[in-house]
Amino acid sequence: MHAVIDGVLTGSVYALMATGLTLIFGVMNIINVAQGILVILGAYLSYTLSTHFGIDLFLGLLITIPTMFVVGIVIEWAFVARLKGPEKTAMSILVTYAISLVIEGSLNEIYSVNDVQLSAWYVNKSFLLFGVYFPYIYVFGFLLAAGLLGSLYFMLYRTRFGASIRASLADQSAAALVGIDVKKVSTICFGIGVAVTAAGGMIYGATNTFNASTSYDLISRLLTIIVLGGMGSLGGALVAGILMVTLEDLVGVVWSPIWSTMSFFIVLVIVLSIRPQGLFGQKSARVA
Amino acid sequence: MRKLSNLWWVALVLCGLVLPLLMTNPAYRQIAVYTLIFTACATSWNMFSGYSGYVNLGAGVFYGTGAYSTGLLAEHLHMGGNGTLFWLVPLGGIAAMIIAIPVGLIALRVRRHTFVVITIAIFFVFQLTAINAGWTGGSAGLPLPFIPWQASYYQVPFYYVTLGVLIFAVLLSAGVRRSRFGLQLLAIRDDEDRALGLGVQVAAVKLTGFVMSALVIGMGGAIYAIFQGQIYPQFAFDPIFDITVALMCFFGGFGTLVGPIIGGLILESSQQYLTVTYSNGSLYLILFGVLFLLVILFMPRGIAVYAREYWTRRETKAQADQAALAVGGQS
Repeated sequence: MHAVIDGVLTGSVYALMATGLTLIFGVMNIINVAQGILVILGAYLSYTLSTHFGIDLFLGLLITIPTMFVVGIVIEWAFVARLKGPEKTAMSILVTYAISLVIEGSLNEIYSVNDVQLSAWYVNKSFLLFGVYFPYIYVFGFLLAAGLLGSLYFMLYRTRFGASIRASLADQSAAALVGIDVKKVSTICFGIGVAVTAAGGMIYGATNTFNASTSYDLISRLLTIIVLGGMGSLGGALVAGILMVTLEDLVGVVWSPIWSTMSFFIVLVIVLSIRPQGLFGQKSARVA
Repeated sequence: MRKLSNLWWVALVLCGLVLPLLMTNPAYRQIAVYTLIFTACATSWNMFSGYSGYVNLGAGVFYGTGAYSTGLLAEHLHMGGNGTLFWLVPLGGIAAMIIAIPVGLIALRVRRHTFVVITIAIFFVFQLTAINAGWTGGSAGLPLPFIPWQASYYQVPFYYVTLGVLIFAVLLSAGVRRSRFGLQLLAIRDDEDRALGLGVQVAAVKLTGFVMSALVIGMGGAIYAIFQGQIYPQFAFDPIFDITVALMCFFGGFGTLVGPIIGGLILESSQQYLTVTYSNGSLYLILFGVLFLLVILFMPRGIAVYAREYWTRRETKAQADQAALAVGGQS
C-alpha cells in the first residue's frame, strides 16, 4: 500500500519531467537527451537560491521556472532549430548530448562533484494520515506536479495556442498549411519542455542527493518512460511515469531492492515486444 | 583516382604498422590502442547504422558482452596471463553476435526514431544486469589474468591485434558496401517502404546487419577487457561509449566508408590526449562538448563528405579552367 502511494506521489514528478521530453519529441521530432542534465541544472538553481539567498524552494520556482524557459528557448534557437535533413532526430540526440556535456562540465566546475541535497523544513518531516506516514516533500511535490501538469493540459486542450501545439503534434505540414507558425510553436514547446525541469529538478533535488553525473540515471529513466508510454503521447508519459515508480517500489518491498530498478526495464522490453509503439503510441506512419 | 585511393589505403596501413616503433612512450602507445579499438568499433557500427539509417545507441551492449564473455571464459577455462588470451577475442565477438539476435528481434520491430530510444533502454537493462547479477562479479568487477609483460612492451601486442581487427572491420564494411546486401541496407535508409515494396526482405536484412555489426564491437570489448586486466560494469557497459561511437561516425561522415576511420582516429586520440593532459575531467567535458557542437552545426554531414565535395569542386574548377584555356588558345 505504501509503495503504491509513494509510486503515485513520486511518479507524478517523473511524469512531469517526461511530459516535457515527450512534448518536444512529439512536436519537433527532437529527442532532447539534455533533459536529464537540465533537471540537475534546475536543482542546482534552487540550491543556489536557497543556500545563498535564503529563498524558499517553492517560492524560488517563480524565478527558476522562467529561467529554465529562457534556457530552453536559447538552446532551441542556437542549436536545435539549425538541424535539418533526414537524420534530424539522430543529430538532435548528438547535439543535445553535446550540450549536456558542456553543462555537466560547467556544473562540476562551479559546484564540485560532491553530492548535495536541497533542504528546507519540510524535506525530512512527515505527517500521519490513515496510519500511513506521508513525507511533506512528496505531498508538496505531488501537488506541484499535479498543478503544473493540470495547467499544461488546460493550456493544451482549452486554449487556442494549445490547439496549435496539438495540431503540430499530429501533423506538422498540415498544421503549417492551415496557417500555424510551426517554427514559433516549436520554439515555445521546447521552452515549456525545458521549463518543467525546474520544478522537477527541485523536487528531485529535495528527495535525492545529486551531482552532475546523476543526470545519466535520470535521462535513462525519462527515456524509458516516454518509450513505454508511447513516443509523443502526453497521457502515456503520465501513466508510464507513475507505473515506473510504483513498480520499482513494489518490487523493492516484495522482492529485493537490487532488482527494483531493473524490473521497469524488463516490463519495458516485454511491452515493446508485444506492442512496439508503446502503451499509448500511435502506430508510426510512413517515415521517409 | 581509383589507384590513388588504393595508394592512400596502403600508406595508412603502413603508417599503422610502423607507428609503435616510432612511438616509445607507453602513455602514447596506450592512447594508440584505445584509438584503434574505438575506430574499429565505429567502423563496424557504421556498417549497420550508417548504411541503414537505424541509429543504434546501444552498441555498448555488444562491447560489454564481448568484454564480459572474455572475462568469464578466461576465468572458467583457467587461462594464464599470456598471449593465448588473444584467442578469446573472436569468441567475444561471436558472443556479442549471439546476444545481438534477441536484442535485434525486439528493437528492430519499430521504425528508426523509436529504435534509437529502445536501444538506449535495452542498454541499461544490460548495464544493470552486469551490476546486479552474481555471476558477473557485480560492481566489484571481474578480474582477468594478469599478463606479466614489461611496461615498455605491454601495449605493442595489443596494438597489432587491434590493428588487425580494424583492418578486418574496414574490409568487412567495404565488402558489405559493395554487395547486394549493402545496397539493400542503403535502400532501407533512403525509403524503407519502397524497399519493402521492391521485394527487399527488410526485417531479415536489418537483423543480419545488426548482428554483423556486433561482431567487431564485441571483439573490441574483448580486447579492452584483456588490455585493462579488470572489467567494471559501469565502464564495460558505458553510455558514453554508445554516444562516442555514433559521434565518430557523424563527425567523419555518417554512412561513408572512410568517415568512421577519420572520426575515430581524430576524436579518440584527441579525447585520450585531453584526458591525459587535463587531469581535470570537467574542463575536458566542456572542451569536448564545444568541439562536438561546432562540428555538428557547421559540418553536419561529416568531414569526409565535405572534403570530397571540396575536392570535386576543385577538380571541376581546374577542368573548367583548362577548358577555358583551350578555348582561349583556339580563338
